[in-house]
Order: sequence, then C-alpha cells, then structure tokens
Amino acid sequence: MKSIIKRYAKLLLISGSALIFSGSAFAAKTHLTMGMSLEPPHLDPTAGAAAAIDEVVYANVFEGLTRINQNAEVLPALADSWIISSDGLTYTFSLRRGVKFHDGAAFDSSDVVFSLERATAENSTNAQKALFSAITSVEAQGKNIVVVKLKTPTGNFLFNMGWGDAVIVDSASASSNKSKPIGTGPFTFKRWVKGDRIELGQNPNYWGKKPALKTATFKIIPDPAAAVAALMAGDVDAFANFPAPEMAAQFQSDPSFTVKVGSTEGETILSTNNQQKPFNDLLVRQAIAHALNKQEIIDGAMFGFGTPIGTHFAPHHAAYVDLTGTYPHDPVKAKQLLAEAGYPNGFKATLKLPPPSYARRGGEIIAAQLRKVGIELEIIPVQWAQWLDQVFKNKDFDLTIVSHTEPMDIGIYTRPTYYFQYRNSGFNAVIESLNVTSDPKRRYALMGAAQAILAKDAVNGFLFQLAKLGIWNKNVNGLWENSPVQANDLTGVSWNN
Amino acid sequence: MTTFLAKRLFALLITLLVASLIIFLLLEILPGDPASIILGVGAQEDTLAALRTEMGLDLSAPERYFRWIFGILQGDFGRSYTYDTPVSELILERLSLSLPLALLAISLSTLLAIPFGVFAAANHKRFADTGIMGFAQLGVAVPNFWFAILLILFFSVKLGWFSAGGFAGWEMGLGAALKSLVLPAVALALPQAAILARVTRSAVLETVREDFVRTARAKGLSRNAALWRHAVRNALIPVVTILGLQLSFLLAGTIIIENVFYLPGLGRLLFQAIAQRDLVVVKNIVILLAATVVTINFLVDMFYAALDPRLRGGTHE
Amino acid sequence: MQHLIHAYGAVLMSESRLSEIWQQSWQHRSFVIGIILSFIMLLTGVVSLFWTPYSVELLDIPHKLQGASTAHWLGTDHFGRDVFSMLMVGAWNSMLVSVFAIGFGAGIGVPLGALAAGKRGWVEESVMRFNDFAFAFPALLTAVMLSAVYGPGTINSVLAIGIFNIPVFARITRGSALSIYKREFILAARTAGKGEVRIAMEHILPNIASVLIVQGTIQFALGILAEAGLSYLGLGTQPPLPSWGKMLSEAQTMMFFAPQLAILPGLAIVLTVLGLNLLGDGLRDILDPRLRRLR
Repeated sequence: MKSIIKRYAKLLLISGSALIFSGSAFAAKTHLTMGMSLEPPHLDPTAGAAAAIDEVVYANVFEGLTRINQNAEVLPALADSWIISSDGLTYTFSLRRGVKFHDGAAFDSSDVVFSLERATAENSTNAQKALFSAITSVEAQGKNIVVVKLKTPTGNFLFNMGWGDAVIVDSASASSNKSKPIGTGPFTFKRWVKGDRIELGQNPNYWGKKPALKTATFKIIPDPAAAVAALMAGDVDAFANFPAPEMAAQFQSDPSFTVKVGSTEGETILSTNNQQKPFNDLLVRQAIAHALNKQEIIDGAMFGFGTPIGTHFAPHHAAYVDLTGTYPHDPVKAKQLLAEAGYPNGFKATLKLPPPSYARRGGEIIAAQLRKVGIELEIIPVQWAQWLDQVFKNKDFDLTIVSHTEPMDIGIYTRPTYYFQYRNSGFNAVIESLNVTSDPKRRYALMGAAQAILAKDAVNGFLFQLAKLGIWNKNVNGLWENSPVQANDLTGVSWNN
Repeated sequence: MTTFLAKRLFALLITLLVASLIIFLLLEILPGDPASIILGVGAQEDTLAALRTEMGLDLSAPERYFRWIFGILQGDFGRSYTYDTPVSELILERLSLSLPLALLAISLSTLLAIPFGVFAAANHKRFADTGIMGFAQLGVAVPNFWFAILLILFFSVKLGWFSAGGFAGWEMGLGAALKSLVLPAVALALPQAAILARVTRSAVLETVREDFVRTARAKGLSRNAALWRHAVRNALIPVVTILGLQLSFLLAGTIIIENVFYLPGLGRLLFQAIAQRDLVVVKNIVILLAATVVTINFLVDMFYAALDPRLRGGTHE
Repeated sequence: MQHLIHAYGAVLMSESRLSEIWQQSWQHRSFVIGIILSFIMLLTGVVSLFWTPYSVELLDIPHKLQGASTAHWLGTDHFGRDVFSMLMVGAWNSMLVSVFAIGFGAGIGVPLGALAAGKRGWVEESVMRFNDFAFAFPALLTAVMLSAVYGPGTINSVLAIGIFNIPVFARITRGSALSIYKREFILAARTAGKGEVRIAMEHILPNIASVLIVQGTIQFALGILAEAGLSYLGLGTQPPLPSWGKMLSEAQTMMFFAPQLAILPGLAIVLTVLGLNLLGDGLRDILDPRLRRLR
C-alpha cells in the first residue's frame, strides 16, 4: 500500500512540476520576454512623449508611412513608395494595399488623412507637433494615394514621418489606443497588467513578412537590482537598455549572455539655466566647462559606457564634429575664469536631479568636481513629475542633468523658452537655413556650424552620449545594437535553436 | 455594551473623516501638473491645457473634496491619470497580490511565533528560552529589506530555487503564483515573528503567574494542560492586540518588500503613483489603507473589550 | 529645582533594586552587551564629527570598489569613497535623525498623554482618537507623502518618524500616568492649589520617567530602522551625506562582485539596533520592577 502511495506521489510531483515548467520551456522558442525600466503611461505613441510607449509599440504594434531601422535609415512602411516634388513642398505617398488593422478594419488613405489631421489639430495631444508643423494640407486621392503639402521644404520630413508620434491610426479605434492599441503591425496587443507587464501576440493578417517571434512580453522592472536578478535568473530574456552598467562585466564574462554596447540619440548634458545669474555670464559657463572631467563622470556614473561629447550632437552621426577639446579639463583655468567673472571664492547653486542613475550618480560626481573650483552645489533629487514641473515648465532651476533622447534635436536650441533658455539669433539663423536645405553636403556644413556655436558658447555642460547597453540571452538574435529612435523593434528577432 | 459600541463606532467615523480631510489637504498642495507628466518634455502649452480640462483640474477645492468622498461611498474611486483606468480596478488587481502576501506573511509569522513563544515561556530561564529569545532579538534588529536582499542573493541567484522577483500571476497556476510569494512572505514574516514571539512569551509568562492558573494546578491539572488551557488562552488577548498593531508595520514593510521583489502589489502602486503625481490613485489608496488599519484596530478593541468586561468602562489600556 | 532632581533620582535609582539586578546573570550579560554595543556606535558617530580616516566628500573614482587594505580598512565604494568613513558618518546621521524624531514625538506625545490622563473626559477622547488616526500612518507612508510634497531629505525623515512617535509616547504616558493621577498625593496637591503643569512636572513625570526612558530607547532603535528604510527608498538623507540605508540600496547592484558593500551597512544597522534593544530591555529591568517579573 505504502509503495503505491509513494508511486502516485512521485507521479503527481513529476507531472506537477512538468506542468509548471513546461509552459516556459515550449514558449522560449517563439516568445521573448524583454525587460524595461520605465512603464509607459499608456500605449498611444501619438498622445504622449514617454519613450517607454515607443519602446513597446514602435514597429511592433503601430506603423507609420515610413519606418526607421537600426541604422537610422528611412524605410518604406505603410507607404511603399513616394515622390517628392522638385521644390520639396509636395510629397505624394503611394500606400500599401491589402493592409488591415488588428480589429479587421481596412487601411487606406482616409486613415492617413485622419492621423495627420488629428496630430495637427488644435486640441491634439500629440507631444511632437513640431514634426507636423510644416504640413499645410493632407489630401487623399483615391484609396491608395495621399498628397501632403508643406509650407517650407523640410529636409527631415520622411525621417519625421518615421517617428512613433507619426504612426497611422484608425479613426474608429484611435480614442481607445491608450489602453487597447490597434495598429497595423505584426504584433497585436494582448494584455497589460499594470505595473507588471505588457503582452503582445501575433497578427495573423500582417501584410509583410511574419516575424519569427509569435509572442512577446515586456516586463517592467524599474529597480536596477531587480533587473540584474531577473536577467540572471532567466525571468527576462533580454534588456535592451540595461540599467546597471556596473554589472556589464559580470554578464560579459558569462557565456550564456550576449552584451552589446551601442549608441543612442541621448545627449547627456548638465543643463544650465542661461537666463539665471551667474550662468548668464559666458565666463562662468566656460569655467564650469573647464571644471568638468567628462571621462571621470563616464567612469564613475556609467562604469565606462558612454562617449564624451563637446556639443549637442551624437558622435555616431556622420555630420558630427568633435568639439570635446573646446574647453578641456582644467580646474586652474576654471578658477581663473571665475575670478575674472567676479567670483574669486566661487558661489553656491542648486543641482536638480531626476531619477535615472546617469543623473543621480553623475550629479554627485559633478558636485565634487565643481566643489574643487569653489562652486558649492546643493543636490536636490526630484521625481520626473517634479522635474517636468519645476525645471522644464517653470524654468525654476540653476543646473540639472538630463539626457535628450530624441534624434536630431539640435533645433531645441532655437526655442527661446525651452527650459535652458538659450537665445542666440545667429544660431537660429543657421538652423533656419538647415531646415530649408536639402543638399547633403551643405546640410553637413550647416550642422557643423551649429555644433560649433553651441560648443563655444558652452550653453550647457556637454557630458557624454548615452550608451545603449543591451544584454540578452546568447541564443537571441536580431535585437538592435543601436537606438536611433526609441524602439524595441522585435520584427527581426529570433531564437537560435 | 451597546453604548460602548456606539461610542466607539462614532469615534471610528470621526477618525476616518479627519483622516480624509488631512489626506486631501496634504495632497492637494502637491506642486505638480499631471498634464505635464503625461505629455512629457516636448509637449506644447495648448495640448497641456486641453488635457487639464479633460482631467477636471479646474474645479474648486471644496467641490473636489466632496465629489471625492461621495464617490468613495458609492464605490467610485475615481480614474487614474497615468493609467487611465478606474482606480477601483487597479486596487482590486493589486489586492489580488497584496492580500495573499499579507495573509501569508501573517500566517507564517503567527505559526512561527506562537509555538516558539509558548515553548520559550514553558522553558523559562533554561537554554531553549535564552536561545529562542536570542534569535528573536536578532530578528527584531534586522531590517527587512536587507534580509530580503540576502534571501534573493542566496536562494535565487546562488541556488536558483526561486525566481528573483515578479509575480507569476494566478493564471499560471496556484503553485507558480505561490512560489513567487515565498521569499517576500518570509522576508516580511520573520521580523514580525520575532516581535510576536517575544510578546507571546511575556504574555504567557504573565498569565502563568495569575491566580487562576495556580488554582488549576491545585485542582490537579498537569503543568502543560494548565499552560495550554488557561495561560495561553488568556495570553491571546495582548497577542491579538499586538497582531492588530502589527498591521501598521506590515503596511510599511509591504511597501519596501514589494519594491525589493518588484511585485505588482498595492504598496508598490502607491509608491509609483506618488512618484508619478497621480493624485487620484494616491488619495484613494491612502484613505483605503488608513481606513483598513483604523477599522482593524477598532475590531481588535471590540474583541479585547468583549473578552475583558473591565475594559468597557471607557479606557482601554 | 533641587527637590525635583531628588524626586527623579529617588525613583530611578534605588540601592535595593540595583543589588537585585546583579543577581540575575542572564540580564546582566545582555544588558552589558547592549551598553557596550550602543556605546561603541554612539562613540563612532560622535567621533565622525571630528575625524574620519578620509573625507566622505572625497571621490576617488580610479580607486573605486577596492577591498579592505591598509589604506582603506573596509575598502572603497563605487565612487572610491572610504567605506569605514562612510559608516562612521552614517552612524551619526542615523542617530541624529532618530534622536530628533524622539524629541519631536515625545515632546508632543508626553504632554498629550499626561493631559489625557489628567483631564479625562472629552480631552482624553480626542487624544485617543488622534492616536488611532496617527497609528494608521506608519512612518513610511507619512514619509512618502511628505517627500512627494516637499521633496526627500533629512528633515522630512525626522518629521515622518517623529509623527509616528507621538501616539506611542502619548499612549504610554497616558497608561502609566492614569494610575498615578488616582493616588492621594495628587488629590492633596490639587487641593493645595498646585497648578496642573506643576503637578505634572513634580509628581507625574518622575514616576513615569523610567517607563519613558525604556520606551525612548526602544523608539531610538526603531527610529534607526525606520531611517534606514527611508534612506533605502531614497526618501531620507540625501547625497552627498552618507546614510546606511542609501549605502545598502547602492550596493544592491554591486553585490555580485563587492558583497561587502551590501553586508557592512546592514551589519552596522543590526549591531546598533541590537545594542539599543538589549539596552532598553536591561533598563526596563533596572528601572521598573513591575515588568521585571516577566524576564
């Protein structure tokens, strides 16, 4: 009797454990669990600026007229071809046929018109209205042609239409996209357990090549320590932006993981309030630039990951000019300049730091560096909410550290009320020319000039370009190494087995 | 008895009212514009204004307060800014983790504490007593989040027996779901167990010396029978009181532990909501938590008074 | 004034009671351990005001994450700061927050409790209701809300922990004071025309002082734990000032190659709290014979 019970017990135990473990084993081949640090506030990329939204839905759930790939190239997406008029003011898009939204609704030119008009409307909640500001009219010509007219030639227009904020939505489902995103992409939205994960499934009616992955889960893990533990234990298969660079070496020496260090569009800067005393004085800004030791900040805050920058431009970009030598690390010079500016004994100021570790850790290091030349900084840690309100909206700050992750955003320096409040008509003129120039060589020259102006004026402390630290299971292929747009494009991802 | 009950009920209501007022006052001065948070760094002023009207931020403060209270009484906890979902839905979802976790932690700590406490009392001044009390002293001194970190390091990373955190979800099966709660429950339970064991031991020791126990022994009851039938039963009174008070500490502990193990529970929701300035979520969770603690303390008082008629006079120490 | 001191002294220290203590060897041992541990931690904290092996503001990134050596007795952290110095200053920080929190809590709680015990009636009811309400908000919850409004920081942790100390002291004061208020000499004092405050100072407080001291020690220990928790979550003392809790949260991602960074601050907390708890228990034995029976 006892032996029978024992046998049944063993059977139960085995089958029970098999049930518990089998689920995960089978799913591994066509399923990916991706870890991310910030939870998106909702899932409509056309109604919010959070990078996290695009990191879930870009290219997976939603598609735009064009698409940006990991090499920052513009590819056709919902528009399979286009014609640009010679004056650069008219774009004629030829749309793909036979495309359906996830709820079965057909995709056609009316959806493009709807999406673009929705973005440019008075009450639009689109966070990047500037992308569409040149548009004067959007017209459908039949079901498969859309004609977009611009008021000025915009060199970046096709790239702009590839942003997450420009994806095409269906008028019937647009208002509920925040919680139930309906797009045309290869993945459908399955479920969102708030605070925990977002689940994507397969779109059986996808117009293009079906991805190797059938399902995906985005697991939200804000805590760097938890991220480390989850990756190690295999609870997540990949972290596109691993938040704990100190553990990179550990994962690099572990044969079951791939570590890929790539670039992002994130210029990490010590933002300076250019309209606030004493930072309105060029000498003071130059002094700060000399006091900074960029490599020490990279080593201490990012454990060596990151490239020093001398201006607001990404080093991996073809038009980049290396201006890191404009104000080299020289504390003695810094003190001299401060004395010249009227602060022989330095001065006190505040440093407001948002949550990311590049800011919190970088801030402590910068405070120590500036202390050496007599500038005493009071560190004020803030949450994103407060940062947005105090620093970004009310410009109530002296110094802060933040990473600007939108691609090609040097244009923010033309906005006089943008939070660091830099006002230079000479710079604005350069950017205006740039906006109407399409010739690549001339564009590069203008971009170079713009970079030089910002570097010379030491508008902000230009620290480093944020690196993309991607760590994933060694059997996973196809994840992006670089991040030219905020995205986790899963369409090209597959498992090796 | 009924006047006592009525008085205490009235007191309960007043407490809740005051709590709600203070919560509302404190959180309405929160500097911060929810619209900016949602729309983010690049948003423009007109879109911000549109969102603000959408969220009803243009009503007066007293109006907002009364709407809030009447809403709660009808079960409407408002709508979260950041998640655009009814808060009641969020709370229920999170409770499906926090409640089992809390129950697990309390059960574990009680199951550990009471036998150990009684055993220690029974072996008063002998080695078992000293040993158990020594461990209890240690348990009380260990911060629960540090204990949690050590647990993860040992049982998850080194041994791989448990997941490092996260919640498998109830649909993955009872086994998988409970497995993800083991380490968190242990991290929560042990410090509580330490306190509880000490209290149990003192309470039992105190009761053992009471006359009625001596009478029981004189009547011929064995030492153990006297211990269990009389001492422990009466010792339960302060123990239950402490259990009720423990709820406060459990709340605080849950917030930290849910963060260490990244569990999608009520505690972490609160913490995240505060960071996101989601006033609606914060207000409603805080009032819910406060109401729970106050109500449970009230129930404990009732239980205490029911057991000990001497306490119904008006004071209850 | 002198008779006040005499009153307190007579109650706190009685020769016969002291001699009783030496008879119980177990208490003796743990009490002594408690005193030693607490004293060491206190001393470390105080010394840090005058001297630490290295300045805690000195970042030395090229020498980060080193193990123990003759240059750095307990190694360095991820910024190259000396861990031993950080622990010393952290001790001072923890104790400072806890002491002020007790001061705040007792300063409001004790008078409230005495008032409730002395006046009875609706005054007592209101105080008890306030207590119920205050108990509903653990220090962490209050700190989280305060920090959301006013930002994180040392002052906010003092307030948050202090606010939770108020009902503790109020409750214990009221409980102990109740029985004293009933005694005849209070009636006599009142008839003699002594004001309530004088009665409280001269008669009530000396008799409950022992209970308050014991509770104060326990709250001190709890305060250190609470401060550690708040700093761990980032709501307490802010950088560049070191705190044990912050050291632990920073160490979590570096446990794998620098486990000492995660162990040492935790040990510091455990030793301090343990010492204070043992001290509190021991003091309870010395100062309050009623409770002593339970040991």
